[in-house]
Amino acid sequence: MDFKPTADQQMLSDSLRRFIAERYPLHLRAKLVDSAPGYSVEIWRQFADLGVPGALFDPEVGGYGGTPRDIAVVFETLGQAAVSAPFLASLLAGRILAEAGGEADQVLLNQIIAGQAVVAFAHQEPTSRYDLSHVATAASRAGDGWRISGAKAVVSYGEAADSFIVSARTSGALTDADGLSLFLVPSDEPGLSVRGYVGVDGARSAEVSFQDVAVAVGQLLGTEGKAFELIEKVTGLGILALCADGVGALDVVKDMTADYLRTRTQFGQPIGSFQALQHRMATMLIEIEQARSALTNAVAVMDEPRLERERALSAAKYTLGRVSALVAEEAIQMHGGIGMTWELALSHYAKRLIMLDHVLGDVDHHLERYIALSRAA
Amino acid sequence: MDLTFSAEDEAFRQEVRQFLVENLPTDLAARVRLEMHLSKAETERWQAILNARGWLAPHWPVEHGGQGWSVTQRFIWDYESSLAHAPRTIAFGLHMLAPVLIKFGNEDQKRHWLPRMLNGSDWWCQGYSEPGAGSDLAAVKTTAVRDGDEYVINGQKTWTSYGQNANMIFCLVRTANTGKRQEGISFVLVDMDQPGVEVRPIITLDGDHEVNEVFFTDARAPVSNLVGEENQGWTYAKYLLTYERTTMAMVGASSASLALLKEIGRTEMKGGRPLGEDPYFAARVAKVEIELENLRTTTMRVVAAAAAGGAPGPESSMLKVKGTEVRQEIVSLMRRALGPYALPFQPDALKPGANVAPVGPAYAPGVTPSYLNSRKLTIYGGSNEVQRNIISKAILKL
Repeated sequence: MDFKPTADQQMLSDSLRRFIAERYPLHLRAKLVDSAPGYSVEIWRQFADLGVPGALFDPEVGGYGGTPRDIAVVFETLGQAAVSAPFLASLLAGRILAEAGGEADQVLLNQIIAGQAVVAFAHQEPTSRYDLSHVATAASRAGDGWRISGAKAVVSYGEAADSFIVSARTSGALTDADGLSLFLVPSDEPGLSVRGYVGVDGARSAEVSFQDVAVAVGQLLGTEGKAFELIEKVTGLGILALCADGVGALDVVKDMTADYLRTRTQFGQPIGSFQALQHRMATMLIEIEQARSALTNAVAVMDEPRLERERALSAAKYTLGRVSALVAEEAIQMHGGIGMTWELALSHYAKRLIMLDHVLGDVDHHLERYIALSRAA
Repeated sequence: MDLTFSAEDEAFRQEVRQFLVENLPTDLAARVRLEMHLSKAETERWQAILNARGWLAPHWPVEHGGQGWSVTQRFIWDYESSLAHAPRTIAFGLHMLAPVLIKFGNEDQKRHWLPRMLNGSDWWCQGYSEPGAGSDLAAVKTTAVRDGDEYVINGQKTWTSYGQNANMIFCLVRTANTGKRQEGISFVLVDMDQPGVEVRPIITLDGDHEVNEVFFTDARAPVSNLVGEENQGWTYAKYLLTYERTTMAMVGASSASLALLKEIGRTEMKGGRPLGEDPYFAARVAKVEIELENLRTTTMRVVAAAAAGGAPGPESSMLKVKGTEVRQEIVSLMRRALGPYALPFQPDALKPGANVAPVGPAYAPGVTPSYLNSRKLTIYGGSNEVQRNIISKAILKL
């Protein structure tokens, strides 16, 4: 097995890392998160010039990559630098446009790739928790088109979005997989309102509500009532991205903590000389390597049939959720009081790792799902 | 040990409940229940209500204004007042400095400082940790040098909780550099309302301002503010720490948090059923509930033994370790229970007088900050690593 990045992937990762370090360091980003859109629009365009988010899409839809490994490399690099910007939103929405969009939608995808448009995926709802088929938002027939009403919760970069891809129920009961449809809705459409806020992880999200928002036939993406398969598939790409992001952040947190243990002295010696801490640091390292392997397992089966793919994704997300919480909490503990401070970059990495478990399913959700998928296999 | 409460204890419990029903302001209880922050004035308001009833420092001896409550009575008070969501009283004076003054202070100091703790004249904070002296507390470098009838103090303290509210600070200072490090430390009370004392905020990862750095530049304290003997401060400091640890089992506060956790479990839905009925989640809640029930009895056993022996011993380290870990697990489960709504960061909704509609359910804004803030529990008051060292050495003799 060779999971080394290709030369192209390595080059992209290196240039992205350098660009972030030079042009978009943490202290600069920290000033932007408290108000919309939460990131530098100018830097976002420059990311696009570097080839991200383009690397998240296949060449046949205008991208520069699009393989699972491409996605993992990009997000691992973003996680290492703890960058928050609409990368995940672009991946989810862009892949839906690529799979289910028509010619007009290809134009929008090109704009996403060029850093000229942001599209957010409005799917999760206030009471859906992590259940992908739980959709109360309804699209009811109105003439040739539909009218959409409902509420979407914690939509990543909802304020920054020029358009939303919104999931709505066109038939079926509340949690039926069948009967879900996807629509492309411009954010300035009457009846659509957005309440944005910063997240604990330093990214911005929004509550998005739809009140009798009119959509025309051309705004339907894919086949009416048959969107679940695509929703699950792009969510899987999102899970892959988050796991890679987590692996990147875990490595950095481990290094920060090991450095601290080498330099902080108490009782006349570096605290890293105490065996109680050495063993915990060793456990952290072992668990991070397990997390990396879980990501590798998922990357390897992304093109396999559904059960195999989704089972590996749930295994990976479960592993990352478990390891991220462990490492974040242990890193704070071993830093002592200084690890509790806003001023230290470590605390922001730790929060990002903890919050990873609250996006696209937590450890319990994915453990349960893994068991169900294993039974079905 | 008899775990059933006597008829007198039950009567006392009823008296406590009645008092709380009649005297605990509902606006304060509502804020405490949802893990929101209290202002200085709100805390002082509750302390004044307690003082009027004589219950602000019930663990003190009667001659100093306490109630001389039994261990069981103290436990009942802590448990019932926590379950009713009463604000926590500020421990630095009442639970930490006061026992030191009562045991080691002179008569003038007791007569002067203890009543002022009760009537709200002083808000005390703790000057122990320094940037280079955390777990290794004996490494304190802040100096106090005699100048006539005064000490002149220079140095820096850190992690000073509620230092921004305080007018007095008790400090470990270095008065000698000869012999063992522990032998040159003194315990001095310093007025913060003077030009030589500067308090700077430290913002924690939950966005809150609770802790501070305190800088001393030629600050002054009268020699009459020396507690006990010069260079004997380490003895008093350790005595104080054992008292501090017994307050860290937090059985009452954790019981109240467990009640909120269960309420969240009844409200949040998973797969069409309340989250509390989900076997994964229910198992996690049950495990921590069992731990808490066990800890309740461990606490009473330790406190009862301490009451018989005068002062809490190294066993208090067990309470600190287990109590903080149980508490962290409960708030961690609250965070988990919120699902996606753990993500929105809403510090404005937690502030006193806030009038912001929360994103997500009403209990959402306090949960993740509370989880993040709770990470301090296993660090402060002697980290849990230090507590385990104490247990290994002092109890196990390893």
